[in-house]
Amino acid sequence: MAAYLKILMVLAALSLGLLFLFPMWKIYLEAPQYPEGLELHIWVNKLSGSNEGVLQNFNILNHYIGMAPIYADSFAELKIMPYVVVFFMITGVIVAFVGKRKLVLGWVVLLMVGGVVGLVDFYLWLHKFGTNLDPQAPIKVPGMTYVPPMLGSKQLLNFHALSLPGWGSLGILLAVVLALLVFYLSSKPKVAIS
Amino acid sequence: MEMRTINFKSFIPKVGLLAVLATGVLLQGCNGSGSTENGKDIAVDADAAKAVYVAPGKHDELYSFLSGGFNGQVSVYGIPSGRLLKVIPVFSQFAENGYGYNEETKPMLMTSHGFVPWDDLHHPKLSRSEGMADGKFLYVNGNNTPRVAKIDLTTFETVEIMEIPNSAGNHCSPYPTNNNEYILAGTRFSVPLDLEKGGVGDAGLDEYKEKFRGSISFIKTNEDDGHMELDFQILVPGFDYDLANGGKGPSNDWVFFTTYNTERANTLKELNASQNDRDYLAAINWKVAAKYAAEGKTHEMPANYYHNTLDHGTHQASSKVIKKVRYLLPEECPGMMYLIPAPKSPHGIDVDPTGEYMVVNGKLAASLPVFSFSKMMKAIKNKEFDGEVNGIPVFKYESILQAEVKEPGLGPLHTEFDGKGNAYSTMFVSSEVVKWSLKDFKVKDRLPVYYSPGHLMIPGGDTKDPYGKYMVVMNKITKDRYLPTGPELMHSAQLIDISGEKMKLLLDFPTLAEPHYAQGIPANKIAPNSVKFYKLADNKHPDAVKNEKDVSVTRKGKTVKVRMTSIRSHFTPDNIEGIEVGDTVLFHVTNLEQDWDVPHGFAIMGANNAEALVMPGATQTLRWIPKQVGIFPFYCTDFCSALHQEMQGYVRVSKRGSNVPIKFSTGVKKPVPPATASVSK
Repeated sequence: MAAYLKILMVLAALSLGLLFLFPMWKIYLEAPQYPEGLELHIWVNKLSGSNEGVLQNFNILNHYIGMAPIYADSFAELKIMPYVVVFFMITGVIVAFVGKRKLVLGWVVLLMVGGVVGLVDFYLWLHKFGTNLDPQAPIKVPGMTYVPPMLGSKQLLNFHALSLPGWGSLGILLAVVLALLVFYLSSKPKVAIS
Repeated sequence: MEMRTINFKSFIPKVGLLAVLATGVLLQGCNGSGSTENGKDIAVDADAAKAVYVAPGKHDELYSFLSGGFNGQVSVYGIPSGRLLKVIPVFSQFAENGYGYNEETKPMLMTSHGFVPWDDLHHPKLSRSEGMADGKFLYVNGNNTPRVAKIDLTTFETVEIMEIPNSAGNHCSPYPTNNNEYILAGTRFSVPLDLEKGGVGDAGLDEYKEKFRGSISFIKTNEDDGHMELDFQILVPGFDYDLANGGKGPSNDWVFFTTYNTERANTLKELNASQNDRDYLAAINWKVAAKYAAEGKTHEMPANYYHNTLDHGTHQASSKVIKKVRYLLPEECPGMMYLIPAPKSPHGIDVDPTGEYMVVNGKLAASLPVFSFSKMMKAIKNKEFDGEVNGIPVFKYESILQAEVKEPGLGPLHTEFDGKGNAYSTMFVSSEVVKWSLKDFKVKDRLPVYYSPGHLMIPGGDTKDPYGKYMVVMNKITKDRYLPTGPELMHSAQLIDISGEKMKLLLDFPTLAEPHYAQGIPANKIAPNSVKFYKLADNKHPDAVKNEKDVSVTRKGKTVKVRMTSIRSHFTPDNIEGIEVGDTVLFHVTNLEQDWDVPHGFAIMGANNAEALVMPGATQTLRWIPKQVGIFPFYCTDFCSALHQEMQGYVRVSKRGSNVPIKFSTGVKKPVPPATASVSK
């Protein structure tokens, strides 16, 4: 494998590091009395927001409709995922040094599977929070559930919710694209020789 | 008066004049229906409304801080809209948010006279860096019980109040130097000072001339937290010290003070203090004074004054009593203080943006004298003096005078500057503002105001670089400017456009109590630093509770401490038992919210003080002594959420000695009820 392809593969592995620098997903809430908006940031290893009080404010607003409070500690994923990401980063670099095409393919497929599992897990959580409501909640709207959108926007009572991937997810996308590129480009010389 | 009438007519277009006449006829026509509207405001430009219109949701261009005078508060208005944005309690208790009622802020109002819950707040002055308002702090004076206070402009809270010893009527106050090196405070009343025992001594009122002295206090501050400290005082002759202002540019090291009652009369001052044709403008070189103080020229005398500070970490105020003060005597400090003869009983002293001209507003004089700083420096060099008072050299009037503005109007009180070579003076008696030039000292324009203006304010008009677009005139008499509200009326301010050659009246707006002076500053100097809420993690109040799990109700003798929390939409605890009649109950309420604009109130039936209004992340303590047996409800007073009305609780008060055990809780887990009626869509 050519040196520049190895470098590209290392870049693919390292681009996953964006997950530690930026949130994976952002949920924006807007309501008449929240002109400044509320932003919940989902990271690979933590939950945060546009300011320190955001999680508490999400929980205060959600308790009226009986949604369970969201705590970072409730999600085992936030503890496991950083290791998974580090695993992919290290193996990605190893793959680059070994320089075998098949390993590149194996790595990127595994990464894509990991990404899909993550998205499914995310959807299940949204669904669980949005539908598993306390029957004693002060505000009950018959037939109403509060599953936030996974991608795109949705009106939930007075809140307009918008959900979009963050720069961290771009890291995964970048890793997949770069690795696939490496896989594709590394096949060309062989064709030329034959 | 004749002259003024002619001028007035000359700038009203003929059509306008006809309209005035027509309105007059109409008014006469509808006298029976009770209308008392004023026909004079016909002189307002058609585009005035556009100039002051701030569309819904948009912000004003400037903040203005108007003193409240006898309400002891500062009012914050947006300019140009004239919208009231905030009332900041300073020297007065404020039931609305518990200031001066709750345990945290009570120490702010402590003085050597005990708890003084009111004062007459006159002059706001913004803190300064390099001669410009920096938007960090606002200093204000308490006139009646001499005090100087500091307001933090990140929270719009009073954070420091210092009592001024050896003073009576702290009117000539507070004046910051160009880099906040000192805040100066002069006494309005001179009083006999007891240099041995300290403070105001005993003397016969007929001994005024021999025994009474004035004082000018030098309060040291610093740029970071602006913390105040009384460095020293200058004990000055027993005149009345009225107003002051600092120099700038070449006169940076000087501060000027107007004086009256140089006759040193002790009774019927309206007559007896108006006998001398000239009183004095005192000039003090504050740098020389500071140098003398540093060199040990000061004497020390006993004192007894309070210094109260609010700690942002604990949200609690504490008092320190200081027992001595240093003073300088002008007669021992050559080169520190001079007297300039000024027209009788002058009021305001204002220094132009270049720092060269000192304008003395002689309220009883026929002309407005403008003194020259460079001439003063020359006179000092050449020792051109005309005698001395108490060892303080007195200049010759003529040798310092630059010019007299002739026929400015009647009763000049204050002057501000636009930075374009013009000065604007209020005329109390002839009820107008007069624009005159600092180049030829001639009147350029005059505008009637309604009625009898006191102070006027051009944002930055007291600094080296004024924001010469607007002028706010604060009038002393309101009468028919608004719908009548019985005998007591709001005072009235007027916003005037000064961007052109002619002044243009834009807006009337009512103001709280009696504004004396005001300060204005572009919004971008303050708005970006405004705190949205306090960080709960940084709350160091000893009785703060940061988690509902940690609330407590504990008894120690007859005192019961309730450490409780509030959050949308409940208190924890909201059921409290075990209180007995005559207990002192301290409700320490911490607002757990970490969101913008979600205060929670706390009020309990029968409380003899006020409510607590707790900002997010802060803790406030309300003291309550129940006098009767029964169930006492408490509730949140600030509509916080859709379930605000449910944010309530109960305290059970049992008879003394009944030994009902302390018990407290919020919410009891109940079996899940079957689906019931619910909020409809």
